[in-house]
Amino acid sequence: MIDEELVQLLTPEGLRVEHPDYTSSLSGDQIFSMYRDMAIIRRLCNESTSLQRQGQLALWAPIQGQEAAQIGAGRALAPMDFTFPTYREHGIAWCRGVPPENMLRLFRAVSNGGWDPYKYRHSVPAIVLGNQVLNAVGYAMGIQRDGAEEAAMTFFGDGASSQGDVLEAFVWAASFNAPVVFFCQNNQWGISTPMSTQSKVPLYRRARGFGFPGIRVDGNDLLAVYEVSKAALENARAGGGPTLIEAFTYRMGAHTTSDDPTRYRVDAEVEVWKHRDPVERVKALLVHEYKTTQGEFDAVDAEADELALQLRADVLAMGRPDPITMFDNVFAEPNREIDEGRQDMVELGISGGAH
Amino acid sequence: MTTKTMTMAKALNEGLRRSLEKNPKVLIMGEDVGKLGGVFRITDGLQKDFGQDRVIDAPLAESAIVGTAVGLAIRGYRTVCEMQFDGFVYPAFDQIVSQVAKLRKRSDGAYTMSLVIRLPFQGGIGAIEHHSESPEALFAHTGGLKVVSCSTPNDAYWMIQQAVESDDPIIFCEPKSRYWEKGEVDLENPPTGLFDAVLRREGTDVTVLAYGSTAKTVLRAADTAMTEGISMEVIDLRGLSPVDIEPLVSSVQKTGRFVVVQEAPHTASIGASIVSELTHRCFYSLRAPGLVVGGYHIPYPPTRIEEDYRPTVDRVLDAVDQVMGFDQ
Repeated sequence: MIDEELVQLLTPEGLRVEHPDYTSSLSGDQIFSMYRDMAIIRRLCNESTSLQRQGQLALWAPIQGQEAAQIGAGRALAPMDFTFPTYREHGIAWCRGVPPENMLRLFRAVSNGGWDPYKYRHSVPAIVLGNQVLNAVGYAMGIQRDGAEEAAMTFFGDGASSQGDVLEAFVWAASFNAPVVFFCQNNQWGISTPMSTQSKVPLYRRARGFGFPGIRVDGNDLLAVYEVSKAALENARAGGGPTLIEAFTYRMGAHTTSDDPTRYRVDAEVEVWKHRDPVERVKALLVHEYKTTQGEFDAVDAEADELALQLRADVLAMGRPDPITMFDNVFAEPNREIDEGRQDMVELGISGGAH
Repeated sequence: MTTKTMTMAKALNEGLRRSLEKNPKVLIMGEDVGKLGGVFRITDGLQKDFGQDRVIDAPLAESAIVGTAVGLAIRGYRTVCEMQFDGFVYPAFDQIVSQVAKLRKRSDGAYTMSLVIRLPFQGGIGAIEHHSESPEALFAHTGGLKVVSCSTPNDAYWMIQQAVESDDPIIFCEPKSRYWEKGEVDLENPPTGLFDAVLRREGTDVTVLAYGSTAKTVLRAADTAMTEGISMEVIDLRGLSPVDIEPLVSSVQKTGRFVVVQEAPHTASIGASIVSELTHRCFYSLRAPGLVVGGYHIPYPPTRIEEDYRPTVDRVLDAVDQVMGFDQ
């Protein structure tokens, strides 16, 4: 697994290491703030799994183990950057300011989106793998035409990296020098498909074949992910073109709550990755170097618990939408068939029609 | 009144030029659309006048042409995507159905999918495989998309501009067999709305509906029918999804009979859908069931024999005779 080209600034034990190309620029306060982000998103993710098991969510896609990859990238974004996620970027959504209850609207099956993408500059979830990667490149082409100093950042996994759309996106990004950062969370598994089936070469090396830089970063190392993301985003904003970041991480949980990983992977592998936990290593750094106290960690946990309770209440309060809403926002312009559908529903007494 | 005679290809070119002039956010993207001006020359001269950033020669991938156009729409641009041929739209089908059709709804109205996907469609040009398809029903069936087809140069000139101006995603079907046929284009006054069905010929015995290439075939058939004492009322659908049903209903209520003429096979087609709707709405006015004249339900044949696949004047007249025969 460990490869001499892997960028790492913080070991699994929480000790700083140097890298010739990247230096950690974060202050103790910033590191603690990001630790808080990671602890909270982990707690909310666990609460969401519980909610699904209790029948309150149709499905949940956990990010356990990928917190550093997402918070590290998320905190490197500038306010005007635009992000294009999959259905699993809860940490990025958190960094963009999307309220947790909005993140769960898709999984509660009351919405196929959940938030206003322009308000948070974070696009709605994309479930068809790889589609959003092309959309992000198009958005970046728009940035170029506007002459703006902004970047698009898009997220996908190791599985999606085999999709044609992702590879076509690489072609476009290179040909047009688009200001887009491709952030691939290689969490080693596409449901039950191991990385060895997905690609014969380390994913970051593909970028070189397409004509732009590719970097493999220790996806469980908050410091490295932050610096690599920051550099790639700055490069994009300055007109330097695309970068592929492969965040080498691990999907500690299941693909979704419908999956049973015991059917295809061994516990021993999961144990190995437990020792590389992203949250624990930042915690260790905070203790060694910044003398963070148990009290300060406890305060974060208490805050996370409160947010989890609030999320639970918000989800339970998420009722069945009025069915008449299914006709809203399909088109910008009025449409006879949609009006007829609405009329039908009112006549059948399914809805009062007031909306 | 300024009118000019021009081919449909030139009319599309002029309409695209007007769109590029009117709105700096309008872009064109496709394979060979820039320097070459498109394999049918529809975009001829546009890159020279509007530049490479607005008339974009794309690398060869249809899914990316549409997928990036989606991202451009999110950023406020209006991209006219060109699919080089109907048979090559399929790689983009995923982006069209999964994103273009759904993003407005998924974002609760935040996103505007202001893009146009142009397809040179239907057959009749003696081409090799995959260059003569009729995929319009696949898109019409998909909730969240709109589909239109022009049949004349005047409609081509105006409908392409209207499609670009629309805030909804439009699949714009152009009958390539008609690209080089000339017609009068009124450069000042749009004929009507983008989806409006248009009466091409008034008649009393049977309503015949057509779109794209078959509009002209049906008008020729109407001339012959008249000599046999049958008065065909011909309506050009233009809007395939949504279909402008009201004028069709009025017409069928008057004539009591209807036939839809298309290149696409009958099964699960635009024509089949219209038969269903008109039967429902005009049941008590009908003197016969509605019929569909279409291609056969097979992969499009090698074009040496395509004239026996595509609806001819004879096949239209045969259907008209059948329909007339039900209550006589």
